[in-house]
Order: sequence, then C-alpha cells, then structure tokens
Amino acid sequence: MFFTYLRRELRRRRKAALVVASGLALGIALVIVVSSVSSGMEQAQGKVLQSLYGLGTDMTVTKAAAPAEDGSGQTEGRPRFRFDATDGEDSDAGGKEQSSDRVMVQGFQTLSASTVSKVGGQSGVADAVGGLSLQVMKVNGRFERGAFEQAPGSAGGRAQPPGGGGGSDQQGGRVRGGGADFDVDSYSVYGTDVGKLDLGPLTSSKISKGRTFTGSEADAKVAVADASYAEEKKLSVGDTVTISGTKIKVVGIATPDSGDAAADLYLPLKRAQTLADSKNKITTVYVKAADSQRIDAVKSAIQKNVSGTTVTTSADLADTVSGSLSTASDLASSVGKWLSVAVLVAAFLVAGLLTSSAVSRRVREFGTLKALGWKSGRVTRQVIGEAVVNGLVGGVLGIAAGLGGAYAVTAISPTLTAELGSAGGQPGGGTGGGPGGGGPGGALRESASKALDISLTAPVSVTAIALAVGLAVTGGLVAGAFGALRASRLRPADALRRVE
Amino acid sequence: MYQLKGVTKQYRRGKEAVDALAGVDLVIGDGDRLVIQGPTGGGKSTLLQMLGGLDRPTSGTVELDGVDLASLPEARLTKVRAESIGFVFQSFNLIPTLSARENVETALVPLGMRAADRRERAAEALASVGLGERRSHLPAELSGGQQQRVAIARALVKRPKVLLADEPTGNLDESMRDEIMELLEGLWKEHGLTFVMVTHDSAIARKAPRLATIERGQIKVTERAER
Repeated sequence: MFFTYLRRELRRRRKAALVVASGLALGIALVIVVSSVSSGMEQAQGKVLQSLYGLGTDMTVTKAAAPAEDGSGQTEGRPRFRFDATDGEDSDAGGKEQSSDRVMVQGFQTLSASTVSKVGGQSGVADAVGGLSLQVMKVNGRFERGAFEQAPGSAGGRAQPPGGGGGSDQQGGRVRGGGADFDVDSYSVYGTDVGKLDLGPLTSSKISKGRTFTGSEADAKVAVADASYAEEKKLSVGDTVTISGTKIKVVGIATPDSGDAAADLYLPLKRAQTLADSKNKITTVYVKAADSQRIDAVKSAIQKNVSGTTVTTSADLADTVSGSLSTASDLASSVGKWLSVAVLVAAFLVAGLLTSSAVSRRVREFGTLKALGWKSGRVTRQVIGEAVVNGLVGGVLGIAAGLGGAYAVTAISPTLTAELGSAGGQPGGGTGGGPGGGGPGGALRESASKALDISLTAPVSVTAIALAVGLAVTGGLVAGAFGALRASRLRPADALRRVE
Repeated sequence: MYQLKGVTKQYRRGKEAVDALAGVDLVIGDGDRLVIQGPTGGGKSTLLQMLGGLDRPTSGTVELDGVDLASLPEARLTKVRAESIGFVFQSFNLIPTLSARENVETALVPLGMRAADRRERAAEALASVGLGERRSHLPAELSGGQQQRVAIARALVKRPKVLLADEPTGNLDESMRDEIMELLEGLWKEHGLTFVMVTHDSAIARKAPRLATIERGQIKVTERAER
C-alpha cells in the first residue's frame, strides 16, 4: 500500500513534484559542476607544479636565501662582460664582431653536492637527486667606428675612440656615426644527474626525438634540448651548441607533458658544474617522500637536520600560483561553493514549503486515514517517503545535468594561465625562468616569470556523485520533515471539521 | 455499549467560549440504531466525533464497552478506531488516487494484514455493496452513490462493532439516498452493528426507532416503535 499510494500521489502531483525535483536538481548539478571544476583546477595546478618539479617530486631542498647586505653580496654574482675596444683593423666599416657568454648559477645560491646524501638519509625520504640550474647570458656584437670630419681650415685628425657616440665636437673637427650594436641572448640550462633520471625536472618531458642521457655520460659534452627552444634556435638532434667555448652535441629533443619546460637545455650535472665553475655544487635537491601522507613530517626532519636549507613542498608552491588559473580556482572555491550552498538551501526550503503546502491541501485525506486508525507515524512515513522519492528524482536529474555541465567544461576546455611564484627579480639583477631550483628564496624567485597555459577539464569523481546522492536524500528528508511535522500534528477531528 | 456521562465540549470562538455539548448523558446499547438530528451547529457532529474517538470532551466520560475513550492514550485510541469503529462521511472522503478496492484496503492497513488477505477482504466488501465489478475504478470514475458505497465498504471491511455515519446521504439525490439508507439498514441488521447516524433529513429521522435531538449542546432522546 505504501508504494502504491506513494506512486499514485507523485503522479497526481507531478507538476509540483517536478518543481521540487528541478530545484533540487539545479542545486545538485551546481555542486557537481563546481566540485568537478575545482577538481580540474587542482589537476591543472598539479600539472603546473609537475612542469616545475617533474613527476614524483614531493619537495625540493634549496639553500636558504642569504640576507641582503647592502647590495655588496649581490654585485659579486653580477655578470660582467669585457670587450676589447679595438680599432677593428680587419674591417674598413667598423670593429670586428665580438662575443662573450657567462654561465651563472640560478639565484646564485648553491649547496654542496653532499647535501643530496644528507637529505637522502633522512627518515621518510624515498629518493633524492641533485640538480644545478644555470642561466647563460650571451652578448654578441661589434663596435662601429665613428668618422672624424675635419673642420674647415683645421688639420686632419683621427676618429674618436669606439664608443664615443654618434658624434661630438672636437677642436677643429667632429666625429660622425660610430657606436655599438650588441645582441643579448639568455637561456636556461639544467644540470641533471644522469644516474637518476627518474626524478627531477626532466621527468615532466618526454623525449620526442633522439635519446636521453645514458649513465656513462656523467661529464659528456651532450645535451637534450627542449622542443620549443630547439624550434626557436632551429636545433635538431646532432647539432651542436656552444656554451662558454665548449661545443655541446644535442642528442635528444624533449617535449614537456604540459605547459613550459623546466629548462631550455639539459646537460649532465658534472658538465654543467664545470661550465659554471661550480664543482660539486648544486642548486636544488629533488626529494621523493616514502609516504605522500607524511610530507610535512619529512619537511620538518630535513629542515631540522640539514641546516641552512629551505624545503618547499608542492603545497607551498601551489600557494604561489597566480594568473587566471588562480582566479578561476578562487572563483570555484569561493563564489561557486557559496552559490551552490545558496541554491541548495533555497531548493531545500522551496521543497519543504511545497511539501508542507501539499500536506495542507491533503488535510481531509490524512484526517480520514487517521480516523480509519492509521497511526501518525504511518502518515508521516508516507509524506517523507514521497518527499524522498522526489529528492531522488531531483538527484538523478541533477546528476545528469551536472555530468552534462562537467562534460561541457571538458569539451570546451577553457585555457587558463598560471603564473608561478611571486614577483621579484633575482639578486644582482639576473633573469627569471628556468627549472625550480629552490624554495621561497630560490625556486619561487627563479620561477617568477614562469607562466603556463593549462586547458581546464572537469573530472567528475565518485565522491562527487556520492555527495549528490546524499544531498538528494537530505533534500528529500528536509522537505519531508516540513510536511511530516504538519501531518503529525494533524488531529483527525480538526482535519475533518476544517473541510466540512 | 456506549455510556456517556456529563460530556461537555467547549470551543473557543475568539474570546467567547461556545458549548457544543453541554453535559450530555447518553446510553447506546449494542446493536442499537440511533439517529441524531438537530440544527446546524447544534453539536451533532461533535457528539459523533466523541463517540468515534476522534475528539476528546472538555469534561465527562465516553465509555465504549467500559473503556473511557476520553482518557485513553492516543496510541490506544487509534487502535480502538482501527479495530472497532467504522466511519462514513458526508463527502465520502475517499483517497482520489487510489482505486475503489485500494480505498477499502486503507481500513485494513492498520490491522497489519497481509496484502493478499487485504485484497481479498476488500473485494468481498465491495461485492457486498454491489460494486464488485467496479473495484478498479478511481473515485472520480464513480457516481456519488457509488462513492458512498465504497465508503460504506471501507467502514465495514474491518468488521467493526460500531458504525458511525455523519450525514451519509447529505450529498446524494433522493433516489440515491433511499438506496444508501436501504443498504446501511440491511448491513446493520446483517452484522448486528451499533449504528449511530447524524442526519438533517427528516424523512430518515422519522423512520428511526430511536431519535436523539441535539440543540445548543443539550440532547433529548425519543424512543419509538420502528416503522
């Protein structure tokens, strides 16, 4: 009788039932879409962090940033370029072409290579590998000689020394033309431990052409180039690049799984150390924790036992993500969440009021049933049962709409930009970019200019579906409670008297 | 057997207290047929609700077979209604979404009967009021007289001791009225029920062997030979 009565009543009041179910469906669909978009945001942030850290890295260890000492400590690492102000005897038109490059350590903060074994020995650390982030600045160009023009009536003279500007008045004549034309190129290099290629920034890229390093190439003059950099510089496997006068052969091209690559060129660690004149130095230790649930404990252990270091976890880095990804993430977690809550509360209230109103219209019906000997509990169960079924219908509609919404977001795949790290330059006025080489004092500063485009997806989890079903049942129960309260208070005599 | 002593029922109408029943004493024996008549608002329906355990008096006792319905806890009062009292209402009060048979079954639900037994008993009850063929029809598909027959079947299906009818012919035309009255009287005789009926209809009242007239909460019972 319970189900027959329930089914017939819902069929009779199908318009009202549809209104209640639609309200709940809207709220539930919003919850699913918001939670799936939030989940997509997390995945996008994960991709951003992965591009910086590489797969499997739970945290990085870098040298703690040294306090600024009225600028003197910074000038030490500032690159200096010296050019010979020759007359350019080899050319009639101007000075000979000159080129100079400087290989600098990213952030100018290095750790001893022994830090890797120290970190690796900490409790909860599954694996640790060191890396050296470098920035190469290459200046290439020539000085142009100015031409001296004799003033009328004065004796002939020589041209002004190079660099003298476009022209100046001299006693008895003036120099015209001349100057300097230099091109500055900057790119990032990452020295990777060829013995542990399964950890570190290179893991976030796939070798699309050629090969990666072999274990025997610890100090070899070989490089893997990032695909974008290779395209820009028209590099292919077998070509050579020259860094500080050393010719390096490109053996592979690496394409990042998502976003930008960690570096433009990857070199064996020892070779990178040699080029940067940083023997046994690294900038970053990439750490994989044995248990992803105990990352904070491992971080504390490293900070305590390996002095002078900064430990940065993925969570720390995630806090520094900005750009449209961050904005969208904030929107999803704040506006989206509250909008969902507001719609759900409104839907619950509307469902409750409509159910209560339906009970009011059925006063005679319930009064009659009570007169026939139906207990209040049985009448109440009938009302709640109808409301719960209504809620479940709303849940099914909501889940369908939510899945549709999430599918649409995934199909459209809006592109979001993520900027990693806080703004702020490097000490000594160095450039940004490059692999994550440090914590707040290192990696974040180094990655100040790292901007990635990420396509947003909205994966729907089983948890989101379970949450939707829970909300549907709750909505039904809330609505049923409104009606049930009214029905249970109904006294048969009053009910029958009111309609006579 | 009903025994009412000093039954008073007071309602509040705004600030004014209205006595629907004012110290009613009444005895209704097992198998009696009592017709209650009186002007609108005189207290007829209120008295019927006291007899049916649908309402409690402000003071006094309403005993059914020695049990005071006025002081019975709600759960036990519900049980008495479910087992011993059948109701027939003026406007039939059928559930619009349930078929004739399902409506009759609603009276058996509180008795905890198996669904198959309920269906069988409901079908029998409908057959006894001449609606065996229309058991699958919804109330809206039945005439007023047929709906009242369904209501009567619903009242009697649980085989109650008492049948209380509140203006059972009030919504019916004359020919239908006679038909329903004939049916009710036949069932009363057949089942040996205690039958109490409220009516406005003087034609029905005239035929009653025992007539109670209520006016301003006061009752006056007239005994006469059945016609």
